[in-house]
Amino acid sequence: MSAAWVAVLVVGAATVAIKAAGPVLAGERELRLGNARAVELLAPALLAALVATQAFATDESLVLDERAAGLLAGGAAILLKAPLLVVVVVAAATAAMLRVVA
Amino acid sequence: MRALIIHTASSVLRLVPESKTAERAKRERRPAEGRAGGGSLAERADRHPNGYRRGLRAVLPLLPAVAAFGISFGVLAQAAGMGAEASIVMSLTTFAGSAQFAVVSVLGAGGTAAAAIGAAVLLNARYAPMALAASSAFRGGRLRRLLEAQLLVDESWALSRREGGFDRRVLIGAGAALYVGWSGGTAVGVVAGDSLADPATLGLDAAFPALFLALVAPLLRNRDALAAALLGAGIAICLTPITPAGIPVIAATAACLVGLRRPAAAPAPSYEERPPAVSPTDATARDTRSAASDERPAIARRSGSDAPAASGERSPTATEEASR
Repeated sequence: MSAAWVAVLVVGAATVAIKAAGPVLAGERELRLGNARAVELLAPALLAALVATQAFATDESLVLDERAAGLLAGGAAILLKAPLLVVVVVAAATAAMLRVVA
Repeated sequence: MRALIIHTASSVLRLVPESKTAERAKRERRPAEGRAGGGSLAERADRHPNGYRRGLRAVLPLLPAVAAFGISFGVLAQAAGMGAEASIVMSLTTFAGSAQFAVVSVLGAGGTAAAAIGAAVLLNARYAPMALAASSAFRGGRLRRLLEAQLLVDESWALSRREGGFDRRVLIGAGAALYVGWSGGTAVGVVAGDSLADPATLGLDAAFPALFLALVAPLLRNRDALAAALLGAGIAICLTPITPAGIPVIAATAACLVGLRRPAAAPAPSYEERPPAVSPTDATARDTRSAASDERPAIARRSGSDAPAASGERSPTATEEASR
């Protein structure tokens, strides 16, 4: 079996297991109330981390490129209460235009 | 009669835009009141009667970007010599962009399968806490829960989050649309090859951080959430240059621990959720909080250095995609 197939099958199996572990083992039980506050804050923590890495990380280095400008423009659209589609398009268009100029 | 005509004309000319906005404002206010400010995105999605379709509608703005990245994964996987079947099987089973790009870049640069697997598993490890948080949303027996959980990705998780839980139908509707877009895009990329435009040229890589910013913004209503978000982003930024890709985001989940111990004085809208703290002073609470947040990155850093992620072995072109 080629290295590609080994990687594909192992990563696939591992990902299925990672995603299913919580829902299968915890069942439908609600998480204990003591953890509820922490679980509630998981979303802002994780989403903010995704914003940071997807805008400023390329591999293992921090970079400031057109994505940051796109994020800024998207942030302005969010402040103006634009719908999600507009936010996403504004961010992409800003980055694309800057790349054309550059 | 004349007065009536003038009145009607003036209302047509002047008031129509106003009444329209007033009506819209009324419509938007109602769900907000009902659910104590669940965020405008969620409100808009909630107006659709069918839950699965609500998820589909919520994710529609993203589908072009996701499909475009699916295409570019197919193209890069072909260029790296992964083979058509393996590329498509990977999108169908792994269904996680950053991990798949990491595998392609490690293999494309001549890395071993073990290095590729290590990098991909690290990148996908964030799904363990995310799925655990959403676990009460899934229904049925173990097999069904296992299958439903596969539709959980960053976007479907974030879109289905509601006050105090997750909307199962939105998660599944959005996840299924993303699954079709991602896998279909991969197949197109495998077949069409290099003849298609690079998503980066279209700025599509900038769409994802903006999306997550739009999803996190309505959550930042109280001090705890703001602290968790800033701490999470800070941890991710600080760890990015010193740990393998994937670790920064996992470590950032430690920021949610600010919710465990907090000063009793801080105002929080969802106060009834937990009993008032007994008597932690501001200072002690802050100490434990910063201690907790300092501890996690250290653990992550240690495990990160042991991890078999081949950071040096990745090709620059493919790796540019890997972290997105």
